[in-house]
Amino acid sequence: MNKYANQERRRRAIYGYLLLTPAAVLLSLFAFYPSVATLWSSMFSRGTRRHPTEFVGAGNYNDLFSDPTFWLVVKNNLFYAGITIPLSMFIALSMALWANSKISAKGFVRTAYFTPTVLPMIAAANLWLFFYTPGLGVLDQIGALFGLPSVNWLGQPETALWAIIIVTVWKESGFFMIFYLAALQTIPTDLKEAADLEGASRWTYTRRIVLPLLMPTTLFIAVNAMINSVKLIDHLFILTKGGPSDSTKLILYYIWEMAFAFFDAPHAAAMTIMVLLVLGIIAAVQFFYMDKRTHYQ
Amino acid sequence: MNRLSRHLDSFGAILLAVIWIAPLLFAFWAAFHSTTDAVNFNLTSRLTLDNFRVAWDGAPWLRYFMNTFLLVTIVLIGQFIITTLAGFAFAQVSFPGKDFIFILVLLQLFILPEVLIVENYAMVSRLGLFDSLLGVGMPYMASAFGIFLMRQAFKSVPIELDEAARIEGCGWFGVLLKVYVPLAKPTYLAYALVSVSTHWNNFLWPLIVTNSDKTRPLTVGLSIFGAPENGVDISIISAATIMSVAPLLIAFLVFQRQFVQAFLRTGIK
Repeated sequence: MNKYANQERRRRAIYGYLLLTPAAVLLSLFAFYPSVATLWSSMFSRGTRRHPTEFVGAGNYNDLFSDPTFWLVVKNNLFYAGITIPLSMFIALSMALWANSKISAKGFVRTAYFTPTVLPMIAAANLWLFFYTPGLGVLDQIGALFGLPSVNWLGQPETALWAIIIVTVWKESGFFMIFYLAALQTIPTDLKEAADLEGASRWTYTRRIVLPLLMPTTLFIAVNAMINSVKLIDHLFILTKGGPSDSTKLILYYIWEMAFAFFDAPHAAAMTIMVLLVLGIIAAVQFFYMDKRTHYQ
Repeated sequence: MNRLSRHLDSFGAILLAVIWIAPLLFAFWAAFHSTTDAVNFNLTSRLTLDNFRVAWDGAPWLRYFMNTFLLVTIVLIGQFIITTLAGFAFAQVSFPGKDFIFILVLLQLFILPEVLIVENYAMVSRLGLFDSLLGVGMPYMASAFGIFLMRQAFKSVPIELDEAARIEGCGWFGVLLKVYVPLAKPTYLAYALVSVSTHWNNFLWPLIVTNSDKTRPLTVGLSIFGAPENGVDISIISAATIMSVAPLLIAFLVFQRQFVQAFLRTGIK
């Protein structure tokens, strides 16, 4: 009997491993090996015909730390994250509260909020180009109605990053909205009734009851928004290409440029490792939070 | 007071909605008007399809559409097969080291394929898949996210059904195909919608691994077509943009509820 059970267990283990093989091969090829290879190649110099690659340790990292462009890019990305994350979350929450309340044209409103989510970032960039073009663009024409001068939104360092940020917020808010909307619909209606009986104002009800109940959703969205602030860079290719004078260059774009325009893979690798570290920290935060959430249940 | 605040709410919500779709509306407007009419916002000006004609002749769009269509299909089939097998293993088969391997898989959630572009590019070239649709799709097939999703779906299948099928003489593969997969249909549908819209819209990675019109998907084609260096005017860019988002946009408007449900189901874990 025992022998039979052992055999059965071994057979199951073999099934398990066989079922996992395709996933394991592909994950190794396109996630694990590349991560290790990136770390490895970030510690070697870029080979030229005269100077073959050699081990430089933290050399590439030091180069980056003394490169003003790198710090500008980091600063841009922090600014990009610092604005897009809270702004898109705030807009998403407002959208959800509206889309969940008794308003007219609810169907239209929901569709309008969500539509940018299904568009490619490249298409979104093309749409916004029509807004930002100096002279002919929609923004300039609206400004002209009020006698404002023409502004080259994408062409000057003071406004270009803001223009990029607006496109990102426009793209992701509707996506975040649906998570808030779903969470709002799980709030029991008797809470609202009780609050009304107590004479609580709508603001009090929202602040003291709705927002605390939305906290897990808020954290979930925050993590997604953080990842997006690293990932969403496609529109740069259309709108600014990182310019003018690097004012809209974000890290992932810089990695791409370093590797595929300047053919400097080692420095791109060093930056990739730093991004992976940041993503790892976000992951740790999320694991911590997921742990907590299971305690609630 | 209550009525007033309700009207204010409606007004605010609709105003924001109008602002939100304005970029799309302006693109529609521009696409159907000549450039001068488009930028002058003359409401009575003549509608025209010339922009679409010029845009259509300006690039091999049919090819791009085909490539995108094939790409999302390849990715989806690959994802279905791989995540089904792995999700089933994690949900219903016991083997040593399962928890540890599962955590390894979950790690990939944070190693974004977008970030590993340099080494993934090297890997795809090494495998001889540079400038092929398989090369574009392959890094996304073993999606940790999909594996997680399938594991959850399979875990909720009652074990009695599994046992009943085994008594009827089904092997493990038969059980998987005849019991688990049909019961996980809503998850497959949700995953499919999210996957298709993600890969229809993906840009950076296809930009890197494709190098010719025979593999370029729509997004990459559109970015080349609309590049400012090419000096294409705004009406024609708008027409090309509308054209390339039309299939997904129409699908979304028709199946809106399913799309939203899909994003929710795959988002809230």
